[in-house]
Amino acid sequence: MSTRRYSAFALAREALRDHLGWQRAWAKASPKPRYDVIIVGAGGHGLATAYYLGKNFGIRNVAVLEKGWLGGGNTGRNTTIIRSNYLQDPSAAIYEKSRALYETLSQELNYNVMFSPRGVMMLAQTEHEVRGYKRTAHANSIQGVTTEFISPERVKELVPIIELKGPRYPVLGALWQARGGTARHDAVAWGYARACSDMGMDIIQNCEVTGIRSEGGQVTVVETSKGEIGCGKLGLVVAGHSGVLAQKAGFRLPIESLALQALVSEPIKPCMDVVVMANTVHGYMSQSDKGEMVIGGGTDAFNNYTQRGSFHHIEETVRALVETFPMISRLKMLRQWGGIVDMTGDRSPIISKTPVDGIFVNCGWGTGGFKAIPGSGWAMAELMAKGHSPLSAAFGMERFREGRFIDESVAAGVAH
Amino acid sequence: MLILTCPCCGVTADETELAGGGEAHVRRAGPGASESEVEDYLFMRENPRGPHFERWRHAYGCGKWFLAARDTATLEVFGTYPAQTTEPPEHIRAAITERHPGWRWRDFS
Repeated sequence: MSTRRYSAFALAREALRDHLGWQRAWAKASPKPRYDVIIVGAGGHGLATAYYLGKNFGIRNVAVLEKGWLGGGNTGRNTTIIRSNYLQDPSAAIYEKSRALYETLSQELNYNVMFSPRGVMMLAQTEHEVRGYKRTAHANSIQGVTTEFISPERVKELVPIIELKGPRYPVLGALWQARGGTARHDAVAWGYARACSDMGMDIIQNCEVTGIRSEGGQVTVVETSKGEIGCGKLGLVVAGHSGVLAQKAGFRLPIESLALQALVSEPIKPCMDVVVMANTVHGYMSQSDKGEMVIGGGTDAFNNYTQRGSFHHIEETVRALVETFPMISRLKMLRQWGGIVDMTGDRSPIISKTPVDGIFVNCGWGTGGFKAIPGSGWAMAELMAKGHSPLSAAFGMERFREGRFIDESVAAGVAH
Repeated sequence: MLILTCPCCGVTADETELAGGGEAHVRRAGPGASESEVEDYLFMRENPRGPHFERWRHAYGCGKWFLAARDTATLEVFGTYPAQTTEPPEHIRAAITERHPGWRWRDFS
């Protein structure tokens, strides 16, 4: 008998029989001739979309195609921060839905995503930021998102290693979301993949989409490196490469792809048990369960698909963090990497129908997509199944033509 | 580190001396333009994976605007040229075609 469900009992049983009963988390699959729904992109958002299509709408004849390996794009490259303290109502709704889903995701997927609601603190270091974050806290209280603006003393209490006095920018307060936090990013993709596979969906890795064909304005066939696959509906959920796929389908997106970098230090003893973001000086930091300080900064200024960025951005980020946390000045950095983020004009995502019937896009999450994975998948699945979703309604791509921006440049400006 | 040569003052500068200005050769929608033309002008971008034309300003140098042709997939620079042009000049196109045979200007606009 093999072990499918993870539990303390299963662990004990497998321990007694040399761990021979564990199965692959998801099945290896090769493409069938046709699927009801094809999702391109086996990152968090794509897999979550497939999962909620199956779970909420019973659509299980689904394939998820991935050019590289599962969760190898931005899902495995972000700094794992989860929060929902945005300003505009549509953003608060989808990010809070997402954060709420994270709370119970491990139980739901029977896969430990290590959600850690340790609290997210966004430092206010100028008078403008103090005013901006107080406004956000008020907006959040109306939206039902629990945040508060806290004093410098409380900041110091929560983060003893912080330097409040500057030298460049003193800490004047912070926006605090106690139920924000982090999760294990790979596990989120793996957990959704396992659940999708259990529902009979095919997850096909190393399968690059080379063309998208439509007839009479309706999508019909996806051409891939593993042959042609027919589909009823097609979801493009590929973050930085959304523009490239849109071009293959014959339309354009209001998106530019930039490199965003992150880095981690050598592991040290526990010194900071919350996430701290410092938007004015461009840097944010948390400590992983392994003890590494996980650090992120700003994007490059030019279009880039290479998953590596410019050194001076790292320098700027590290300089800012050393000012804010003087004790990290001697830390050695272990790894540095980049991801390609898809930026929209108003810094809000696109979850939308497209000019081609049957093709839907979910992109534009820019520098902050990880936190949104469950909510984004939930909304995208509803949009693809029913043609409309209250959560995604405001995020249609026609908003740029109509001037209905969801301006989150303050909330999303740098840090995620 | 991206390094570009300013065609106005001739200085070769790295990106810390320059300021990016987004996609080049975007045509401004004039009076009487439709909503979708204005949308194209303001928001829609080529965002190609490959040869790309950009506006740059020599911000901490001569201060002038210029244009650059770059490959976003390899970070290779094909050359820079004056901002007072409405489409990429011949020598820039030739440099791109050498790397990408069959390449065409604005493949899908």
